[in-house]
Amino acid sequence: MNPSSIVIIGATSGIAQGVARHYAQRGWNIYLVARNTDALAAIQSDLLARGAMKVESMAADLRDVSRHDEVVKGAQQFSETIGVVLIAHGILRNQLEIDYDADEMLQVWNVNATSSISLLHRFGVAMETQRSGTIAIISSVAGDRGRRSLYTYGSTKAAVSHFVAGMRGRYKPLGINVLDIKPGPVDTPMMTGRTLMLGATVETVAKDIVAAIDKRKGVLYTPWFWRVIMRIVRMIPEPIFLKIKF
Amino acid sequence: MGRRRSNRSNRHFGNLRRIKPAVMEQLPSSWGRYPASRARSVVDAAWTSDVPSRVDAPLLAYGLGRSYGDVCLNDGGDVVRMHRCDRVLSFDRELGIIRAEAGLSIADLLRICVPHGWFVPVTPGTRYVTLGGAVANDVHGKNHHRVGTFGCHVRCLELRRTDGSVHLCSLTDNANLFSATIAGMGLTGVITWVEIQLLPIASRIVIQESVKAKSLHDLIEQTDASDADWDYTVSWIDVMSRGSSLGRGLVLRGRFQDMADGTLGKPWKGPILSVPIEAPSWLLSKPTISLFNTVWYNRQLGRLKRTELDAEPFFYPLDAVGSWNLLYGRRGMLQYQCVIPADDGERVMRRILEEMQRGGVSSFLAVLKKFGPLVSPGLMSFPRPGLTLTLDMPISGKPMFEALHRCDELVHSVGGRVYSAKDSRVRGSMFRAMYADEIARFLPHIDPGMSSSFWRRIMNDGKDIA
Ligand SMILES: Cc1cc2nc3c(=O)[nH]c(=O)nc-3n(C[C@H](O)[C@H](O)[C@H](O)COP(=O)(O)OP(=O)(O)OC[C@H]3O[C@@H](n4cnc5c(N)ncnc54)[C@H](O)[C@@H]3O)c2cc1C
Ligand SMILES: NC(=O)c1ccc[n+]([C@@H]2O[C@H](COP(=O)([O-])OP(=O)(O)OC[C@H]3O[C@@H](n4cnc5c(N)ncnc54)[C@H](OP(=O)(O)O)[C@@H]3O)[C@@H](O)[C@H]2O)c1
Repeated sequence: MNPSSIVIIGATSGIAQGVARHYAQRGWNIYLVARNTDALAAIQSDLLARGAMKVESMAADLRDVSRHDEVVKGAQQFSETIGVVLIAHGILRNQLEIDYDADEMLQVWNVNATSSISLLHRFGVAMETQRSGTIAIISSVAGDRGRRSLYTYGSTKAAVSHFVAGMRGRYKPLGINVLDIKPGPVDTPMMTGRTLMLGATVETVAKDIVAAIDKRKGVLYTPWFWRVIMRIVRMIPEPIFLKIKF
Repeated sequence: MGRRRSNRSNRHFGNLRRIKPAVMEQLPSSWGRYPASRARSVVDAAWTSDVPSRVDAPLLAYGLGRSYGDVCLNDGGDVVRMHRCDRVLSFDRELGIIRAEAGLSIADLLRICVPHGWFVPVTPGTRYVTLGGAVANDVHGKNHHRVGTFGCHVRCLELRRTDGSVHLCSLTDNANLFSATIAGMGLTGVITWVEIQLLPIASRIVIQESVKAKSLHDLIEQTDASDADWDYTVSWIDVMSRGSSLGRGLVLRGRFQDMADGTLGKPWKGPILSVPIEAPSWLLSKPTISLFNTVWYNRQLGRLKRTELDAEPFFYPLDAVGSWNLLYGRRGMLQYQCVIPADDGERVMRRILEEMQRGGVSSFLAVLKKFGPLVSPGLMSFPRPGLTLTLDMPISGKPMFEALHRCDELVHSVGGRVYSAKDSRVRGSMFRAMYADEIARFLPHIDPGMSSSFWRRIMNDGKDIA
């Protein structure tokens, strides 16, 4: 049997690298998309050493939606059937950091929401005929409720979650699972210089992600306790929530 | 080339990041958790290009902090943590040559190379060390008498200095910088990647023998006999033993086993426990340690015990319990490791053990090994042919420190020395005397932008960053 293949978009992300190592160990074929070519080369050699059968990469700034068809085509040329697509790129900005700059604020939307939705859609359509596989994207617990310090970022993640919730219904009958991954804070470069409240390691989160893909889950909170925490956060009555400074 | 993550984010964030304290920094500490230290800033390099190439305070690289003392600390200075730079850059499965970023741990390396019949050529007693740390301390293992130190197996490495320059170093390229960097305690620059020659193994199973020795003399004789036939040897000493049984213990020896079925053996999956919190200080105090030593010695009834076990529990018994250093409580612990040139070994070793007992030093783990004749390329490398003794001890009061200073005198008087990777208390003047020739040749290679708590303690007798 041919090994399965995984396509990782935003492959230089800390979380994505953690996930990629699991698939390398399984001997899968891995297709990497990210914008930094030096970093891609290092990841490529690493995954091969860790057991991946074949690794190829494409360099692309994912804000450039006009290249997204090329990304999908590249992935399909790499492997006729795609086992898993994982979309992991993203940027994090606190509201304060972008408040003075509306253009910068919209950049967060371009990277996290627009480009993600564009890729989700294109991969969905492209995989329709293969009638198997998983499309997974990393959103965030921050998308579960808008809060004053993080609502731009949070809303991009909410948009993504909303979008994939709909996709899940559409693709389920076609045998394609759509997974929404909602991590709490994870110790990656994204969190440099920020408070890691209840922070998790990449290893923990990557393991959960791989298990959720295997089990064809729809929504994953990782680590698991975020499901409980976010349920409570969503239940806090608005007048009280408005008073909470976070 | 490369990226400047820090510059880019500063552009986006203006000053915002600066006002916030660096939250993630856990003021990197050492394994002994002594002395306390706080870095001015901590950077986690995700890519080797993130290593700062310009500094306004002394910089030091940090691996996994498995050094017992302050070689991995930089109180008041900047620290760049390397553990995220852990990618393999190339792995030749035929020749057993692997090149990897300096933050790769030996634990991870074994996961990658053992299935292909390769092992790390030299390993310390824990697998949670990085390649960079293994080079910078030029670590040794149970097979020193056969293969020398880790540095003997480094084919080449890349070094980044704080003036932005990048150097490829090996025995033939930049040979002087190469030999200063091996055992260079991180002071010659930041190692970005390392290429090593791995060791072929027939399987992952080790055959181990344990020989009971009733005195120091017996133990040293058994060590000599074992060294002749076995690849890995080390002895555990009951430090509480006195008089004629002083230095009694168990000589452990092992070698990789050929499997009857020609396979490497099944991957090992042992339980890993973890110490969740700092223990109260009575837990590892003199009475409990004495009890442990006696029980451990008497556990083996016969003279010889033979077992077959996986390489991981053989090499890393202590790793079965995560963060076991917390067992030593708030005050932390330290380790004393010295080497005594061969001719004087037994006599001086006996005096050191007596000195320790007189100083009330109780040691949970005392280990003896004989270093072989292979010379490391590392200029500041610790091992010398002769006996090496290693003692773990909880930090106690002044008598302990004074006993250790007396041991230093003894060790120095016979041409021996102490190991910087384990040290947090040797007097600067003493260390400088022990390594006088080496330091003179080492100094010109130090990167002026780098320093460590250890080095300031040794060179300025503890004066802080000016
Ligand atoms: C249980 C246990 C058993 C041990 N057994 C042994 C043993 O048998 N033999 C032995 O020799 N040692 C032993 N040690 C000590 C340990 O092997 C060394 O201290 C080792 O260097 C720790 O590696 P690290 O990656 O944690 O480095 P750290 O402790 O974080 O740093 C060690 C030194 O390496 C430097 N460094 C780290 N990364 C880089 C880099 N990328 N570039 C430049 N410099 C760098 C640091 O600046 C510092 O000077 C043991 C330690 C423990 C906890
Ligand atoms: N870390 C957390 O706490 C956390 C929590 C919840 C959700 N998440 C989400 O998890 C995902 C992965 O994040 P991470 O934690 O692994 O952080 P990370 O290591 O910072 O990864 C983010 C990645 O996105 C890439 N990227 C950003 N903009 C891009 C663009 N325009 N084109 C191409 N690539 C781009 C970055 O590439 P460059 O290196 O080239 O910039 C980087 O590799 C993100 O979607 C994040 O929002 C993270």
